[in-house]
Amino acid sequence: MLEHTVKSYEEELKLLDRKIAQMGGLAERQLAESFDALERRDPDLAEQVIASDKRIDALEREVQEHVIAIIARRQPIAVDLRQIMAVLNISGDLERCGDLAKNIAKRALAIAPESHPKPIITGLNHMVELASHQLKDVLDAYATRNAERAVAVWHADSKLDNLYNSIFRELLTYMMEDPRNIGLSTHLLFGAKNIERVGDHTTNIAETVHFLVTGQNLTDDRPKGDQTSTTLISPDWDKKV
Amino acid sequence: MQQLPIGATKMLSTVKPLLAETAAETKITARGVSVFYGEKQALFDVDVDIPKNSVMAFIGPSGCGKSTFLRCINRMNDTIPIARTEGTITIDGRDIDDPELDVVELRARVGMVFQKPNPFPKSIYENVAYGPRIHGLANSKSELDGIVENSLRRAGLMKEVHDRMNEPGTGLSGGQQQRLCIARAIATSPDVMLMDEPCSALDPIATARVEELIDELRESLTIIIVTHSMQQAARVSQRTAFFHLGKLVEESETTTMFRNPSDQRTQDYITGRFG
Amino acid sequence: MTEISADPIRVTHNWGSNEARRRVKARYTADRRLQFYGIAAIGTAMALLAVLFTSLIHAGIAAFTTTKVELDIFLDPAQIDREKPAKANYRKLVRGAFKSYFPDVKSRSQERQLYGIMSNGADYILRDYVVGNTDKIGQTVKILVPVSDPFDQLYKRIIPRRIDALSIDRIALFNALRQQGVLSVVDGSGVVRTTVYVDPGKVPSEGGLEAADYDAMVKEGLRSLFLKEYSRSYEEIVSDAAAGKLKALVAADPSLVGKTIDVDLPLAANYDNLLQTGQATMRNPRFSSDDEFVWFDSLEARGLIANPFSWELFFNADSRFPELAGLMGALSGSFLALLVCFLLSFPIGIATAVYLEEFAPKNRITDIIEVNINNLAAVPSVVFGLLGLALFLNTFGMPRSAPLVGGMVLALMTLPTIIVATRAALKAVPPSIREAALGVGASKQQVTMHHVLPLAMPGILTGTIIGLAQALGETAPLLLIGMNAFIPSIENIGLTQPAMALPTQIFSWADSPERGFVSRTSAAILVLLGFLIVMNLIAVYLRSKLERKW
Repeated sequence: MLEHTVKSYEEELKLLDRKIAQMGGLAERQLAESFDALERRDPDLAEQVIASDKRIDALEREVQEHVIAIIARRQPIAVDLRQIMAVLNISGDLERCGDLAKNIAKRALAIAPESHPKPIITGLNHMVELASHQLKDVLDAYATRNAERAVAVWHADSKLDNLYNSIFRELLTYMMEDPRNIGLSTHLLFGAKNIERVGDHTTNIAETVHFLVTGQNLTDDRPKGDQTSTTLISPDWDKKV
Repeated sequence: MQQLPIGATKMLSTVKPLLAETAAETKITARGVSVFYGEKQALFDVDVDIPKNSVMAFIGPSGCGKSTFLRCINRMNDTIPIARTEGTITIDGRDIDDPELDVVELRARVGMVFQKPNPFPKSIYENVAYGPRIHGLANSKSELDGIVENSLRRAGLMKEVHDRMNEPGTGLSGGQQQRLCIARAIATSPDVMLMDEPCSALDPIATARVEELIDELRESLTIIIVTHSMQQAARVSQRTAFFHLGKLVEESETTTMFRNPSDQRTQDYITGRFG
Repeated sequence: MTEISADPIRVTHNWGSNEARRRVKARYTADRRLQFYGIAAIGTAMALLAVLFTSLIHAGIAAFTTTKVELDIFLDPAQIDREKPAKANYRKLVRGAFKSYFPDVKSRSQERQLYGIMSNGADYILRDYVVGNTDKIGQTVKILVPVSDPFDQLYKRIIPRRIDALSIDRIALFNALRQQGVLSVVDGSGVVRTTVYVDPGKVPSEGGLEAADYDAMVKEGLRSLFLKEYSRSYEEIVSDAAAGKLKALVAADPSLVGKTIDVDLPLAANYDNLLQTGQATMRNPRFSSDDEFVWFDSLEARGLIANPFSWELFFNADSRFPELAGLMGALSGSFLALLVCFLLSFPIGIATAVYLEEFAPKNRITDIIEVNINNLAAVPSVVFGLLGLALFLNTFGMPRSAPLVGGMVLALMTLPTIIVATRAALKAVPPSIREAALGVGASKQQVTMHHVLPLAMPGILTGTIIGLAQALGETAPLLLIGMNAFIPSIENIGLTQPAMALPTQIFSWADSPERGFVSRTSAAILVLLGFLIVMNLIAVYLRSKLERKW
């Protein structure tokens, strides 16, 4: 694409992209580190994750201010308008991702003293890896304005949902086996839910990228994999599935 | 509206559709319109349908042929000796080049507002009364008064000038002058109004007034406006046509045009990326 | 856009250097110099104009008054028939009244001189007065009649009573004689001592000494006094009596024949005066005797001479007598000619210009027409005069000297000016007005008549008036069609009647020998200039009045 005749406008738009990249990088790291803190029961790392969320929040505010300034000064239209809107949405999603990672870190602090059931941690690890991968992919799709890649990310979210479903069931079983596990399990369940939410934000970003590039919304119903909200807690729940 | 470009039917959830998508009647149809100034071709084979009671904006860089096309619609190009027009333009299905259609009558039915406010150096009243008078639209003085008053009211100028109808029209401010010109144009009760950059000489407030007026006039008129301001095109029009190098590059709904134009040249032009 | 992204503009120029300061100074000097040239040019033009006007006013002011003498005339019913008042012998009446001021003038020659003080037109003035006031018959009326031109000029101190009798050349010749010491005063009269050879060859065989050519001998003798030739003016240095004196000497002593003798020859009167009083003046030859001065002085002393404003200058017809000559004929002729010129050139000019500017297609033919119109504006006016002479007078047989023909010729001349001015005015109408009118559905004719022409009118009128002013001052074409006729009456004013025009009147007066016509000419020029100024003021007024201020 040609550059803008007004060079400072071009610079401003590029700056927004850089901020998004920065936010994305931070969010990925937060997610990974929060899980590390959970897995290794490392309260220091957890504290560090909680503290660094402020950076993402600050970046989001900066992005908002920039966007407002650009709208006021440049009245962007067409691709520029879409980019501005995309940046605003993506920065919101990334900020939420940061919050979710912070929440995982807080839970890591809470359950640090307790021992973790190995299979569940392994499942969570899978989720985190997948979510991080998705996030990284969608940010690459944004940076390269690649709609197909964004759509791929969007479709891939069901994998994350499936993982979450199985962890949900596992934790339910775990809790039913021994009521003493309920505290730990609940925290882990929320952790898993948080990771699943990161995936949802990633799909949001994917939709935004698709709109940015093509100017059209992704209209198909997204394959929804998370069935936990409709799952009944009954002793024979696993027989139904 | 006929065939809409891809994606025009879906809006970003935050952008409200400005015009309900009804299958509007076509007012003006242009087919294969080309204009030559002497040897030089200024307009290449333009096909466009302009829906009734809507505002269509023509945008494009200077010298792209948008004004030339606009002036074809009321055959103002006939007044330039070296200009030659090909193709057909119909209004309500009637060919404007029909030898039985009087060009003077055509111009009375297709009002025109120009870039620079150009009131006659006569009184405000005379400015508005001139058109109806030469076309014999009023049978009596009171009828003429009524036409003048009504036109000024529709142009939103009545309140400002009701007590100085006999003062020179050129004594008004630029924005008022332009609205006077609009009043003058609607005095012959046209059903099409051509506006050639009507706000380019006006300040933002006056521009806003004229834009508001355009929006009101849309109820009874088909308006075609040539503008250099993307924002203005976006604000006042329902459909937008982009001209470049004498060709009609893209024509679509304004919201589509400004959100997601289908042609790269349009995109580059409206976002300020022109080489 | 990418190519602009080069280095930022680097400022290397030092605006404070001496070089830069010097340049600034030079620039200011150049500005001032240009201004000075302009002012100097305007100043020169104004000075020349001032000189022109001063000299015209100085020369012409005298013509705006007429010296008149008051007469008490008894309108004797016995001499004036009430039924036919124009038929009476007014000359007798006027002369009688004038004569009554000087009862002691008796001889006929003196009477003739006396009546010469009055203008020749005095009787006509009385006649016109009586015809206009028949009720005054039988009464004694006081009327003012002009004095004749020399006394008018004398009263206005334009000409002196006495003038230098001898030219500078003659005084120089006289001084050369004085240096030779041949001049002396004998018995109260100046003489020049000359050597004369009494030439026997000039004594004819028949008639003897009596018939000898003494005049030639004197001239021969005089010539010997001069080392170089002073034309033949030296001959007049001696009076007519010189030859007589020589004749008397020879008659007294016939033996002188064949001898060379010295004789004192009497000087001519002017030279005598010059020798004895140091100056030589004579009565101004415009006056026939010194008595006339006495009479005129006596009239003045009695308060009978007045010098009122000369309405005659404007309301009289032309005359051979400057004190009676007026501009009425010329003014009416010029007015009629200009009227014809305006009525022809204004509509034709506007129609032509409007067609060419608004309707004509731009092609070779209109180009040629356009070039030709522009060229016509530069054609010398005398050519139009010739055209008028050949076409209107010879081919169409129209009357000579008539304002109708004059106006037609002037119209030919004015037409290009009006066309060019009208086209310029039409061009100056902003195209936006045309577009506006076309936009509301006005036809071409409506656009032109309703909008373009009214807006162009101030320019058109200005151009027209300037063209007419030019026509008013035009002389050559009018001379060619004979509009310099001598029209001593203003009774027959009409388009086809012979007439004068102001410039031809000026031309004819400037050619007249009478002293009074010098100031009349200047006065007529002033009147012409006055009309031109008035016309230009009208142009300015129309411009400001009609020009839309919006």
